[in-house]
Amino acid sequence: MFFHVSLYIALAVFAAGLLYRVSAWFRYGIGTEARRFSTATRVAAAARGIVSVLFSAKVLTLIRVFIVDVIFQARMLKEDFLRWLIHMCIYSGFTLLLLMHAMDAVITDKLFSNYYSTINPFLFLRDLAGALVILGVASALFRRFIVLKGRRVITRAMDHYVMAIIAVIIISGFLLQATKIVSYSKYQEMVEEYGGLDDKQELKSLEAYWVKEFGVVSPALKGPFDAITLEQGKTLHEMSCMSCHSSPRWGFVSYGVAKTLSPAAVRLDKVGLPAIFWYVHFLACFIGLAYLPFSKMLHVFVSPLSLLANAVMDKNKSHPANMATKQVMELDACTHCGTCNVRCAVSVAFEEIPNVNILPSEKIGPIKILASGKALSEHDLMTLQEGIYLCTNCNRCTMACPVGINLQDLWFNVREALLQTGHPEVCVLSNLSFYRGVKRDQMLESEYRAPVARAREAIASVSDRARFQDKSIPLTPSRNGFNKALEASVQANTFSHCFACKTCTLACPVVFNFESPEEALGLLPHQIMRATALGFTDLVFSSNMLWDCLACYQCQEHCPQGVCVTDILYKLKNLAVEQMRTKAQQSGGDES
Amino acid sequence: MKFGLFPCCSPPVLLLQYESSSRAVLGKLGIEFMEIKDFSCCGYPLRNLNFKAFVLSSARNLALAEKHKVNIVTVCNCCFGNLKYVDHLMKEDPSLASDVNTTLAKEGLKYGGGIEAMHLLDVLYNQVGIERIRKKIVRPFEGLKIATHYGCHILRPSKVVKFDNPLAPSVFDRLVEVTGAESIPWRKKLECCGAPLLGIDDDLSMDLTRDKIREARKAGAHYLCSACPFCHIQFDTIQKRMLSEGIIVRSLPSILYPQLLGLSMGIKEKTLGLDMNTLDITRVKDFLRKKKAPTRETALDAA
Repeated sequence: MFFHVSLYIALAVFAAGLLYRVSAWFRYGIGTEARRFSTATRVAAAARGIVSVLFSAKVLTLIRVFIVDVIFQARMLKEDFLRWLIHMCIYSGFTLLLLMHAMDAVITDKLFSNYYSTINPFLFLRDLAGALVILGVASALFRRFIVLKGRRVITRAMDHYVMAIIAVIIISGFLLQATKIVSYSKYQEMVEEYGGLDDKQELKSLEAYWVKEFGVVSPALKGPFDAITLEQGKTLHEMSCMSCHSSPRWGFVSYGVAKTLSPAAVRLDKVGLPAIFWYVHFLACFIGLAYLPFSKMLHVFVSPLSLLANAVMDKNKSHPANMATKQVMELDACTHCGTCNVRCAVSVAFEEIPNVNILPSEKIGPIKILASGKALSEHDLMTLQEGIYLCTNCNRCTMACPVGINLQDLWFNVREALLQTGHPEVCVLSNLSFYRGVKRDQMLESEYRAPVARAREAIASVSDRARFQDKSIPLTPSRNGFNKALEASVQANTFSHCFACKTCTLACPVVFNFESPEEALGLLPHQIMRATALGFTDLVFSSNMLWDCLACYQCQEHCPQGVCVTDILYKLKNLAVEQMRTKAQQSGGDES
Repeated sequence: MKFGLFPCCSPPVLLLQYESSSRAVLGKLGIEFMEIKDFSCCGYPLRNLNFKAFVLSSARNLALAEKHKVNIVTVCNCCFGNLKYVDHLMKEDPSLASDVNTTLAKEGLKYGGGIEAMHLLDVLYNQVGIERIRKKIVRPFEGLKIATHYGCHILRPSKVVKFDNPLAPSVFDRLVEVTGAESIPWRKKLECCGAPLLGIDDDLSMDLTRDKIREARKAGAHYLCSACPFCHIQFDTIQKRMLSEGIIVRSLPSILYPQLLGLSMGIKEKTLGLDMNTLDITRVKDFLRKKKAPTRETALDAA
């Protein structure tokens, strides 16, 4: 009764959760483009899309991908053999247990007329499958925490929960089986039900045989037993028990556990441990089932969908409503495995720029929140914006993703949507913007230009240029942190060698490009060198020259004094960025 | 010594033909190279933002190469220049080096300074050598005028990269000329292509590109030739945009160096991805020597 009530509750939660999560694919959207379509339009487009694929040659692609990538997980194999092996252990073991053991009444029993869970091969296979899962989970932990140590794979609570639930299910299963093997009360129940024995000697012989051969721990009989008793026990066993019971040794894990428990078996049996483990086992299964739609285990349904959808969909050909739906669906396919972080070209920057959103796997969480239409806090929004801009668009995350999520497109859409929210992003003033420049055709002209203008403004606004117009400049400027920062760098320290000969400015192709360069650029390179020496940070940071520097090294190459002009400009840019961040943090702190 | 092929982030996404043509050419010349899956970005795009993050990125790649006991060959000027720069820093600045190595140690890496980062042109010129390349030329170009574009970071800062004379370089010209093409003199040859400012100040970026194209055309070039993905994209994809926006009226397409060399070596057009450039360069084949008469060298080689 309790079993069935809890099963139906778990199933109901599972179904409702699944419905809720799937409906989100059609309700949520990433970027302005996605929000153009109503939920109804997206459901209709998806239905049309699926039907048109199923009745076209693309169905062959689907079959191929299903076999190669879903069943055999070739993408994972290509990426990392150990990881594939681990996943195969867990996935094949768990699937076998689910279908052949948990659902044996509806599947195994129908397939095999002679099915009993206690005879071979079922007895052996069940333990084997369980052992595979345990081996897989243990290796996964080993890989995550030992092999990938230092590779910026982040483990979060959701990963722990899933590991814990799987571990509890399998371990409680083995313990249940083991306590049943040694249980004297279970033995007695069976003898009463199936034995039909009255004769005391016969009962004793059978018990002796089971104690010796089947691991039952009897409070009265300890052995060793004489050959005649055992012979009689064996005959009785063959008559009444054998048809339903293979030797428990075939259940090699449970039997091993049973042997370990043997010394305490009688007491364990008295407190009713088999029953306790039975409850733990099935409740853990039901909790897992109910929790599945809300956990990363949802990937068992969504990852295959992601692989299949990406095999037949194309940004340029598929209906934009379907692309929008796919992009939200893909968020649920993510297993938080961290392969993207290992392959990411810039993830190492996380060691110096402490923004966890640099790591691809860690962007998915906040993006899910954004997609659902909820607001991120100012701080989280800025963190995501920076993290998502610190990307070279090298596509390796997408290539490596074992579930085929098109991360590159995801980053692109989220990045553009965030940049239009009006928060200045100073990273757009780096060469990372090259990709955006190449892809300019995919955006509106105004949307393309605005982020750069905002970033320049933000940097200039924290440096108070106006100060210099009102106040007189002290002839001996105080030595400030700015100079110290430059002096700390071997290259940047060369600024003091400058005698303002202007060679750098004359060599600069950017200066050369303008008829009145001071108007366009503010301070010119040689003036920046002098202003730097004088400690006029605000003047330097508000000059366009800084961000219009190509870093072509013409100035540095030509300098007669060995001033590392380009390196100094780099250093100044770093300092400007740092100053802006500090001030932004301070003002953010004031607001809160 | 074997090489670890440093892929650069852009070609695998924006310029597949650069990767395929470089591999084909290196393969034909018998240069052994391996893939190191763990290579990451050289850090160049982070330089404006965070010096330490940039140094760490390059140092990580150098350390990986050292772990695999291979030198690095890259097809990108910026990767080359920045890897060289960090290699230099790691040797010159011990406190920085120890900081960086402490961070690298988290993933079991360390850079001891024993790796040479080389550009594709560097490997071709200094490792293979002009004469060995000449022997592989089966169909030299005739009458083809090339405006050779060096790009910045392969030459400057010369004290760090030490590739060629920064004011009067000749390595790339000689590599172009071994294909039978003529490397013509032109103004602004050593100037920047404008790519570093794309996405930051497009108008300025395209002004610089326009001036280069104009000067190369004026000097009578049939094509620009570059050996850096950023320069090439600027001269190819962005030049196409400049044409459509009326910023320039006449185009001067760019051919990647391994495409040029590959054609004269008789490598298949498809492998070199000739049709993958945005601006059409397939007419360059018209300059190849018509009949496949064996050159003296190849005849001798065959004998």
